[in-house]
Amino acid sequence: MAAPVDEKQLLDLKAGDEVIINGTIYTARDAAHKRICEVINKGEKMPFDPEGQIIYYVGPTPPPPGRVIGSAGPTTSYRMDKHTPFLLAKGIKAVVGKGKRSEEVKKSFMEHRAVYLVTVGGAGALISKYIRKAEIVAFEDLGPEAVYRLEVEGFPAFVCYDLHGNDLYEEGQKKYRKDESSVT
Amino acid sequence: MREVHWEEISTAVSELCKNINYYINQDVLEAFKKGMGVEESPLGKKVFCQLIENAEAAAEEGIPLCQDTGLAVVFISLGQEVVIKGKSLTDAVNIGVAKGYGEGYLRKSVVKDPLNRVNTGDNTPAIIHTEIVPGDKIKITVSAKGGGSENMSALSMLPPSAGSEGIIDFVVDTVKKAGPNPCPPLLIGVGVGGNFELAPLLAKRALLRPLSEKNKDEFWSKMEEAILQKINNLGIGPQGFGGRITALKVSIETFPCHIASLPVAVNIDCHCHRHSTVEI
Repeated sequence: MAAPVDEKQLLDLKAGDEVIINGTIYTARDAAHKRICEVINKGEKMPFDPEGQIIYYVGPTPPPPGRVIGSAGPTTSYRMDKHTPFLLAKGIKAVVGKGKRSEEVKKSFMEHRAVYLVTVGGAGALISKYIRKAEIVAFEDLGPEAVYRLEVEGFPAFVCYDLHGNDLYEEGQKKYRKDESSVT
Repeated sequence: MREVHWEEISTAVSELCKNINYYINQDVLEAFKKGMGVEESPLGKKVFCQLIENAEAAAEEGIPLCQDTGLAVVFISLGQEVVIKGKSLTDAVNIGVAKGYGEGYLRKSVVKDPLNRVNTGDNTPAIIHTEIVPGDKIKITVSAKGGGSENMSALSMLPPSAGSEGIIDFVVDTVKKAGPNPCPPLLIGVGVGGNFELAPLLAKRALLRPLSEKNKDEFWSKMEEAILQKINNLGIGPQGFGGRITALKVSIETFPCHIASLPVAVNIDCHCHRHSTVEI
């Protein structure tokens, strides 16, 4: 999957599919979401053109000497629910995080023809191997919560909510849930 | 009295902070390998595979297992025959945390005020639990507790009439509500009894037990097994993608309580499960 995203790429994706992201993505988590929305509401420009972009919910560890980034796995997404519909309306086409979203946000992904991707929480060391370049583009004062532009190659993720209303979490759990009456 | 210089404590804390973030505990790694064999879901297997690769990558490259290197939760058993020289125990621990998180390129995840949220810049203050014990040693355990799993933890002040069933239902329901958010496969610490503030501490201490160690009382160890089975029947699976393994272990710790109360606390820990102990 090339980043930034062309909507056509999203049509064939199904919840549960593994996708590999190559290209440019932007990071933002709690504090950066708040700031980005404040900036837009003031009528100022966003730190990056949102059209077709992927936002990755991550607050990486500082890079040790010789590395472009430290550990860089996903953070829990629901904390960004408050701001997500607004950013999807601005043109964001995919976000990468982990965990459930509210029903409102789930609908908002479909309305705006965007997908929710998840990657393995707690696998930050492994995921960092797929990040080739990291550069702060806004809100440096937020430390680990600053907005970074990342160049990624082979970045692994799974489709959680697709354009057709499927939900990886719901379907997966339904498939493996055992009826309590069968418990010995 | 035995004298211990504060720097011995801060150095030990600093090393523990780094090591727990880079190196996964062996018992957890073994559980991943076992889990990969048991898990039926193809995506679940894939998750276990990535977790094993992640542990290797962290150790090889000297970077943390997870970017959330946690709040440092420090348990100290201080021998009553020890005198700490030079600085207070609290200062010694916090200096150690600041050093470990700085030198180790660990993320600083602490904000000074819960609402204005300015980062303290060195991951202090640590949360410190100290108990005075007989002897002349200091036992220090550092655990790094991530926000994602801590946010999904819960406390309930049950009526005593709720009994075993009430305890089991509350623990299973807490894990069910958490779903994929706290990064399954999980470790579940349960505190039963005590009071409003002790039950969560019992739950947190329960998480420090090795994966192979059951509650010493047979009744409670059976309840640990029963809860684990019910949790794994939920089908949440690794990362919530669906599967047989949602939790790797349930550990219960208990304490006497008031005739009117049955406090139950559930502390959820993610699969990184970072903690280690040294004795000075």
